[in-house]
Amino acid sequence: MREINRASVIRAEGLSKIYREGATELRALREVDLEVRAGELTLLMGPSGSGKTTLLSILGCILRASEGNLEILGEDVSLLREKELPRIRREAIGFVFQGFNLFPTLTAAENVALALDVRGVRGATARQRGEELLAEVGLGEKARSFPADLSGGQKQRVAIARALAGNPPILLADEPTAALDWTSGRMVIELLQRLAREQGRAVAMVTHDPRVLSFGDRIIHLEDGRIVREEAGASKAIASPAFLEELPGQSSIQAVAL
Amino acid sequence: MGLLARRNLFHDKVRFAVTLTGIVFALVLIIIQFGLFLGFMTTTSNNVDHSNADLWVVFHGVGYFDMGRNFSERKFYQALSTPGVERAEKYMQAFARWKRADGSVENVQVIGFHPGSGLGEPWNVVQGSVADLKQEDSVIVDELYREKLGVERIGDRIEIGDHRARVVGFTRGIRSFTTSPFIYAKFKNSLDYTNPESSEDSTAYILVKASAGITPPELQKRLRERLTDVDIYTTAEFSRKTRFYWMFTTGAGLAVLTAALMGLVVGVAVVAQTIYAATMDHIREYGTLKAMGATNRYLYRVLIEQAVWSALLGYGLAMIVAHFIVQASEKGGAIILMPWSMSLGMLILAVVMCVAAALVSINKVTRIDPAMVFRG
Repeated sequence: MREINRASVIRAEGLSKIYREGATELRALREVDLEVRAGELTLLMGPSGSGKTTLLSILGCILRASEGNLEILGEDVSLLREKELPRIRREAIGFVFQGFNLFPTLTAAENVALALDVRGVRGATARQRGEELLAEVGLGEKARSFPADLSGGQKQRVAIARALAGNPPILLADEPTAALDWTSGRMVIELLQRLAREQGRAVAMVTHDPRVLSFGDRIIHLEDGRIVREEAGASKAIASPAFLEELPGQSSIQAVAL
Repeated sequence: MGLLARRNLFHDKVRFAVTLTGIVFALVLIIIQFGLFLGFMTTTSNNVDHSNADLWVVFHGVGYFDMGRNFSERKFYQALSTPGVERAEKYMQAFARWKRADGSVENVQVIGFHPGSGLGEPWNVVQGSVADLKQEDSVIVDELYREKLGVERIGDRIEIGDHRARVVGFTRGIRSFTTSPFIYAKFKNSLDYTNPESSEDSTAYILVKASAGITPPELQKRLRERLTDVDIYTTAEFSRKTRFYWMFTTGAGLAVLTAALMGLVVGVAVVAQTIYAATMDHIREYGTLKAMGATNRYLYRVLIEQAVWSALLGYGLAMIVAHFIVQASEKGGAIILMPWSMSLGMLILAVVMCVAAALVSINKVTRIDPAMVFRG
C-alpha cells in the first residue's frame, strides 16, 4: 500500500471530467492533481466555467470523474460503486452551499437534527447534539427559529452546524459567502477558518470573493478546467501534531496511514 | 425523517387540503359504489336468505327468485313424503297490480307463504305480526313503501289484483331490487292477488327444511332422484344464482363496480398529482438530502410516510362522510351497506392507493442528481 501524507485527507490524481451531449464533448476538468489537507482552509478560485464547482462535486463524491483517481482519507473512492458513495458523504464530508439549502419547514435545531437522522442518530440525542452544534456556531438562542426568521449569515451558520452534524473531517463549501453582506460573510469565513485550524478539519471552499483571500491557507487557481497556480494564503496555518492525533472521522473511516 | 415528512406535508395547507379532498372524494365514491353493490346483492336475494329453508324446489329453468313459475303441487307432496324432509311449504312469488285508495296503481311483488310455518316469512316486523296474516285478505308491507303504496297505518284498505285487502302489519328494511315492493300474504290470498284463475293446487316454489341427521346437499340429491321437471337448490345456491343474475347478467353490478373502479383511478390520479407537486416543490431539499448522504431508501421512507399520513387522515374523513351517507340511505330505496370488513378494506385500499400514488414521486427522487445542489 502506498504511503500517504497523514495531513492529506483528499488526494486527487489526474482528475478529468468530460460532459458529453450527443457528439459534443465538454471538458470541465483536465488532469487535475490536488491535495486537500487537514487543518487548512483551501480556497478554490477561478472565473466562471473554470471547473471549480465540478471539482468540488467530484471531491465531495457527488459527481464521478471521467478519468483519474480520488482518495478520501486513504480510501480510493474511484473504485467504489455508485451506491457506496452516500456512505462516504455521510461519514467523511460536510457540505455548505451558496444558497444555504436549509429545510424551510424545520427549525434550525431540526435542520441540524435531520442531518443526524440521515446518519441514524435520532430522538433526544439528535436534538441535544443539534442544539450543541448551533451553540458552537453562535446560534444557540436561535435553535427554535425557522429559516425564514433568520438573516442570511445566520442561515449559513445553521448550514455549517448541519454540515458538522456527522463530525466530518472534511468540509466542502460552495461560495458560502456569495449571498451575504461582508459582515455576515466575514463571520462565516472566520468560522470556517476556525473549524480548520482549531478542529483540524480539511476545509475546501469555492469562492469568487476576493475579500476572503486573506483567510485562506492555500489558494488554488483554476482556469479552463486546469489548476494554473497554487499559492500559500496570507494566513498560512501549520497544523500541529496534537490536533492531527484527534483528526475527526478517523474512527469511522478507514484509518489513515502515516 | 418522520418530522420532515409531516412538516412538508402539512406546511402547505391548501395543497394538503386538496390532497385530502382527492382522497376523501375517491374513498367516498368507492365506498358508495361498493356499498351499493353489497346493498343490491343483499336486496336481490333477501327473501331467499331469510327463508329459513334448507332447499328450494323451483320450476325447471327458473334461474332467479323474481321469475317464479307455477308448477303442480303434486311435487309438494312428493317432496313432503321424501325421507329426510322435516317440513315443506308452498311458496308464491308473482307480480300484481296494487291499487291505492286514490285510484293510482303500482306494481308489487306478492309473496305467499303459510304464516306460522316458520318458512318464507317476512322479518323485521315492526307493527302487527306475521300471525295477523292468517286473517283473510290481509297483507304486510314494508314501511319504506308507505308513500309509494299509499298506506299509512294498520287497517288501511287497498286493492291488489282487483281483490280487496287490508294492511295488518309493517316490516322495516325489506327492499325490492325490482322497485316493485314486496307484499306478504298467506299463500291462498297470494294466488287470489296474482292470478285468480289459477287453482290452489299449484305453487311457484317449495321450501324444504331438512331433518336432523341429513345435510341439505344429501337431501338435495335425494329429492333430485324423486322429483322431475324441477330444479332443486340449496338456499345458498339459489341466493347466489339470484344475486349473479341481477348483478352480472343485467349489468347492474358491473355498472356500480365500474364506477367504484373509476373512483379508485380518480383517487390515485388526484393523490399522485398532489404528492408529485409537493415533491417537486421540495425537490431541492431531496437533492440536499442526497448530497448529505441520504440513501434512496431514506427518501422513499419520507415519501411513503407522507403518503401513509395522507391516507390515514383522508380515510378518517372519508369514513365520517360515508357514515352519514350510509345512514341517510337507510331511509331510501337503495341501501348502502358498509360492513366492518369493508371499512377495514377501505383502510388498506386508502394506504395502497396513496403509496401507489407516491410511486411517481419515488421515481422522481430516485433520479435526482445530488450535484443539483451546486447549481444556482
